[in-house]
Amino acid sequence: MSPLIKVAIQREDFDVAREIERLTQGRGDVGAVVTFTGLCRDEAGTLEALELEHYPGMAEDEIERVAKQAAARWPLLGATAIHRFGKVLPGENIVLVIATSPHRRAAFEAAEFIMDYLKTRAPFWKKEHCRDGSVGDWVEAKDADDSAAERWEQA
Amino acid sequence: MSALKLSYFAWVRERIGRPGEILTPPSEVTNIGELIAWLSGRGEEYAYAFENANVIRAAIDRQHVKHDAPIADAREIAFFPPMTGG
Repeated sequence: MSPLIKVAIQREDFDVAREIERLTQGRGDVGAVVTFTGLCRDEAGTLEALELEHYPGMAEDEIERVAKQAAARWPLLGATAIHRFGKVLPGENIVLVIATSPHRRAAFEAAEFIMDYLKTRAPFWKKEHCRDGSVGDWVEAKDADDSAAERWEQA
Repeated sequence: MSALKLSYFAWVRERIGRPGEILTPPSEVTNIGELIAWLSGRGEEYAYAFENANVIRAAIDRQHVKHDAPIADAREIAFFPPMTGG
């Protein structure tokens, strides 16, 4: 049976427990659930909010491509990726990735793979709004994120 | 070349001053790099957006492409900075 893949790009928050339940309820074959939740940091109290811009259509397509690649590479039973857009406050959720599998290793690796590629391929951009009222800069991409994704090509 | 839908995101959008537009590039513009060069000549807002052309990412019909990608069959082309989601 092909794995359950869910990709959602949404303004509203997500419920981690409910998303796990979607992948585990009514079945006995899931032995491992790995979740990653990315939150908005307050940058030592200086950040008021992040404004997340995305490319509608392409954002969904890219994340779905990454989730399908993960499902082809590891024996997954399910993969969920949810990414928010719009204004997000410090402490609030930005992104959720869940991978389920009969065994833990595939679930751990697939969740990390999905996050690494999501960061470098999904068309999202973050703009900082500062607590002093100024609109700050666009967050710059990090080389470390590219390296994190590239290591899966060598593995 | 027929009319192209162009979309801009993040600081590329802010610098150009609009989220997108429909343009018809001249026939000698055959790939993404040439399209960037042609757009840069349209005004200082474009020149500013594309001043560091090698950092600009592009997508044709919602798929990532490199600057040497041909644009002959493109319907929609997007330009944006390196992505910072997640």
